[in-house]
Amino acid sequence: MTTTDRGRGAQRSRTVELGMPTVASDPHGHLRGREPFPVAAHRALADTQLRQNLGHATRTIRAKRAAVVGEVDDWEELRRAGECLKAGVMARLPELLEQLEASVTARGGVVHWARDAQEANRIVVDLVRATGADEVVKVKSMATQETGLNEALGEAGIAALETDLAELIVQLSDDTPSHFLVPAIHRNRSEIRDIFLREMPGVDPDLTDEPRRLAMAARAHLRRKFLSARVGISGVNFAVADSGTISVVESEGNGRMCLTLPDTLITVMGVEKIVPTWSDLEVFLQLLPRSSTGERMNPYTSTWSGVTPGDGPQAFHLVLLDNGRSNVLASPDGRQALHCIRCSACLNVCPVYERTGGHAYGSIYPGPIGAVLSPQLTGIDGPDDVNASLPYASSLCGACFDACPVRIDIPHLLVQQRAAAVAAHGRPTAQDLAMRAAAAAMATPGRFSLLERAMKLGRLFGRSGRIRSVPGPGAAAWFGARDMPPPPAETFREWWARRQERS
Amino acid sequence: MRIALVATCLGDAMFPQAPRATVELLERLGHEVVFPADQTCCGQMYVNTGYLDLALPLVRHHVDVFSGAADVVVAPSGSCVGCVRHQHAMVARRGGDEELARAAEDLAARTYELSELLVDVLGVTDVGAYYPHRVIYHPTCHSLRMLRVGDKPLRLLREVRGLTLTELPDAEVCCGFGGTFAVKNAETSTAMLADKMANVLSTHAEVCTAGDTSCLMHIGGGLSRLRSGVRTVHLAEILASTEQGVTA
Repeated sequence: MTTTDRGRGAQRSRTVELGMPTVASDPHGHLRGREPFPVAAHRALADTQLRQNLGHATRTIRAKRAAVVGEVDDWEELRRAGECLKAGVMARLPELLEQLEASVTARGGVVHWARDAQEANRIVVDLVRATGADEVVKVKSMATQETGLNEALGEAGIAALETDLAELIVQLSDDTPSHFLVPAIHRNRSEIRDIFLREMPGVDPDLTDEPRRLAMAARAHLRRKFLSARVGISGVNFAVADSGTISVVESEGNGRMCLTLPDTLITVMGVEKIVPTWSDLEVFLQLLPRSSTGERMNPYTSTWSGVTPGDGPQAFHLVLLDNGRSNVLASPDGRQALHCIRCSACLNVCPVYERTGGHAYGSIYPGPIGAVLSPQLTGIDGPDDVNASLPYASSLCGACFDACPVRIDIPHLLVQQRAAAVAAHGRPTAQDLAMRAAAAAMATPGRFSLLERAMKLGRLFGRSGRIRSVPGPGAAAWFGARDMPPPPAETFREWWARRQERS
Repeated sequence: MRIALVATCLGDAMFPQAPRATVELLERLGHEVVFPADQTCCGQMYVNTGYLDLALPLVRHHVDVFSGAADVVVAPSGSCVGCVRHQHAMVARRGGDEELARAAEDLAARTYELSELLVDVLGVTDVGAYYPHRVIYHPTCHSLRMLRVGDKPLRLLREVRGLTLTELPDAEVCCGFGGTFAVKNAETSTAMLADKMANVLSTHAEVCTAGDTSCLMHIGGGLSRLRSGVRTVHLAEILASTEQGVTA
């Protein structure tokens, strides 16, 4: 898959020079795709280049993570510490947010509260307009991808330039990110070379696909922008409530350019990104790099507190984004999804993600955590809501829980969100009727025995020793790739009864 | 020891070899097995598809049938035991039945997957089995990550006489079954199955074994479709086999 439907839509109706998709009409922003997971997965699974790129990349990251996690003796204790800290944050989130607001304000920052994506975009667009700038530099931010900020800025005539290498690749190719950490994971380096040659102004026409050459091309392209931009936009990895310190964790040094060179810095954070005190960072700055990039220590960790006169941005705005998070917080189990530190370990170990990639999930949050976070943020709006398909995009194998650095019980949340999807059905669906019939058959031993006897008719299909297909709904989905043995001549309970009679 | 058997609905109706082998194995080891005939299904499929309300009566029925049946309960299925241990009380609480939830927790604490029962409760790894075949073991997801059975099945297999145990590459990766996932996301499931089968075939093993009938139905269904010549056999069947054969 080269672009999603959203990406293609953007190509058709593009008004922005830098070509990110057009503004989502959904007030939630990019938390919903356009088609259910199985439909999108169908296309992704057939894309052999995508499959190879994803397989190679996830295998590599998995091995790196396993090696650096394995060398930490107290990894399990660290995970539990992360889990407890996050649970504590959620238990008193309103109080911590007000504390953060007070401490950021005391240090010269301005705090804005945004109910949803549209409101957040409006706040940021107005702030940029007030500076008179028509260009901003951005360091990777999931929150602004969630809100569709680049499109909103584009509509206001403001060009937003993504400065992380992978985000730049995605932006230049009119694509959408497919992974938290490596948004262009679905691309290999020869595809990236082609994108640069096609889209990057002034690029060396002899560019090769050597990683260093590609990085240097991006560097030259970005450096000019860093020096001229008057406004920087960032996300947040952690916000310290008691000191008002914001932290951004990145690997390329572009973050520090965006965070220090412009006059104005606008930072957008989901309200869950808070930690109570500075010392709590100790836990997360150990958990995050090992879980995400497979590194012992993060390369570039920036922290800043409000405004420092004469040094760095002289205006700092912090936009606190709710966009459905209050709804998630209201669910005693479901709020665990807000513990996520966006490390992407669950994506990298997920056998479904590895085969379909991130675009199949529609939402900007893909993979196992996305499958439980997106439907909670948007709510499930009836049986046809594409986000109702996300909790089913898992075999419940549990690899995500084992990899999660803050022990989010994703398998349990998947089941819980499946229940939410069923509850949103309204009128009974074909699946509802089938499940009710099956449950009724299992409800009493008499009926179950009757069902077993009826199943023996299936032996008629299996006279060759295997069944290759049977009529009926759902059967084609199984028999497309798998046989079934014929039902046995004697069920277990019949054998048991015969044996009891004998003895 | 008196042990109550959960045959599992799939084992009872479609793959009776697995519960039969469980009975024969445990009796051979000198234990008494009872089969409460009123049992139906643990409700796992309903829970995992999001029908927790439909699962509630099945949980109640399971708890009613097994609570007084014996001191210890066994099922030759990691995922059914996983459901009993990690989901039954949750389903009961969600249905507002705290009394049932407590009874389910009590029963869950006495319910074991076969390899857990043998190694942890009965303290045996050499069950006296004989199985002269080249075997690979697929550690099913729920045995591995829900029950944490660890290497117990492998310890049992290593003691089986005549058996050559070969390592399955990427063994801990899901086979793609996932209950209704195999039907609702059939293509993704098939892509996962394809990789599992490639790994199985790379070992040149004769037999792929596991502790869960449903995963074996999936892997076996794929291997049969390919006419691969590799068969799937439940762990219980291997452990029940002796030089005299299986006497079922």
